[in-house]
Amino acid sequence: MNARRTLATARRVLTQLRRDHRTLALLLVVPLLLLTLLRYVYDAQPTVFDQVGGPLLALFPFITMFLVTSVAMLRERTSGTLERLLTTPLAKPDLLFGYALAFGAVAVVQTTLASAVALGPLGLNLAASPALVVLLAVLDALLGMALGLFTSAFARTEFQAVQFLPAFVLPQLLLCGLFAPRDTMAAPLQWLSDVFPLTYAVDGMQRLAASTAVTGDLLRDLLVVAGASVLALGLGAATLRRQTA
Amino acid sequence: MATSVEVRDLVVERGGQQVLHGLGFTLHPGEITGLLGPSGCGKTTLMRALVGVQAGVRGRVTVLGLPAGSPALRRRVGYVTQAPAVYTDLSVAENLQYFAAVVDAVPDRVAAVLEQVALADRPGQLVQTLSGGERARVSLATALLATPELLVLDEPTVGLDPVLRRDLWVLFRQLADAGATLLVSSHVMDEAVRCDRLLLMREGRFVADATPQGLLEKTGAADIEGAFLVLAEAA
Repeated sequence: MNARRTLATARRVLTQLRRDHRTLALLLVVPLLLLTLLRYVYDAQPTVFDQVGGPLLALFPFITMFLVTSVAMLRERTSGTLERLLTTPLAKPDLLFGYALAFGAVAVVQTTLASAVALGPLGLNLAASPALVVLLAVLDALLGMALGLFTSAFARTEFQAVQFLPAFVLPQLLLCGLFAPRDTMAAPLQWLSDVFPLTYAVDGMQRLAASTAVTGDLLRDLLVVAGASVLALGLGAATLRRQTA
Repeated sequence: MATSVEVRDLVVERGGQQVLHGLGFTLHPGEITGLLGPSGCGKTTLMRALVGVQAGVRGRVTVLGLPAGSPALRRRVGYVTQAPAVYTDLSVAENLQYFAAVVDAVPDRVAAVLEQVALADRPGQLVQTLSGGERARVSLATALLATPELLVLDEPTVGLDPVLRRDLWVLFRQLADAGATLLVSSHVMDEAVRCDRLLLMREGRFVADATPQGLLEKTGAADIEGAFLVLAEAA
């Protein structure tokens, strides 16, 4: 692990993203539009907006970073740049943490914007401080990034990479407790829900929405999300092979 | 004569099929060795084995005194793949600055290698707007940043106009004169005369390992293409 190489990688990834104006605009603006949409969907039920708005602030960075990272890493694999990098002194953690720094920075901007609009003009009521909301959202973004990185190893084409979103993300979304309380689901689904990391991301955001107290349960959520990200990054590192057939 | 690469009994299997069948050769500092043969004969697989990115390798491959692919070799060996391995959404200079940071090259190296590959006049241009030949030169430039002792170049002159091709061969010669070892693959036989030594390859085996002159004398052919035909038919 080498700070100079990690920072150079982060800078390179951000420069690539900066060149792609449309992707950048989609990353930053779409969450704002969806939150605004939701605010007026629940126009007559502001308490429902309060319940759903918080978890959505966790979901946007998770989903967008999952997609962006899986496609970006797939491009590194198919364009030959990954193989080239692995013949240089660049260590795998330099590459992975470079990506994490770059997409983490984008997630900070994305989440700060979305939270500012949601908590300000849209009138979303969250009990906890905005700083904690942004912190959890950035952890969620890094979780999405790490999972995207790992799953990209199983895609041969960008078509396949994009299909991993419904395959990997939708089941987690359906079972995270947003659609039905987790304790009302069939037992096997509760077990699945217990092992899906997104469950803890959404649970954490619901706790932030409901209470100002930093409880043990909230800390558990933060630790599980961070731990799952590290685990997925480790698995992702194992898919970066220096030798291929 | 000093030896920079020594290969003994190199066998490579891909997908259950043997594609290289027990190759042996040595490479020397200051020499340009041409690896010639038709498309699909195993040139790229052989080069990948030298660089240490090929899986399924048996036999002994020693590069600069170390087993191929050793971490200590990563700055000392430059590998240029056939398809340019550069970021098309970055500019020429941004690509080189990134790879310079990766290999710990000093900042002036970027300008120096751009000069060497004749791209000094367009550092700010996005790689996706360059021609195929220009992209290949950006890719070559990234491999030159660390001043490698062994340069493995997979078809570096494909699609280049004759003037540029000549200039690149002048550059290869300068690098060799400075003490580097070069292995250059090509399926264009007329590039063979620019090499010090030739490895002629067909279906995963060498059909010749000789100087261009020696090859012509041995086969009595008028050119390398003719020599290849004589040897391929005799094999």
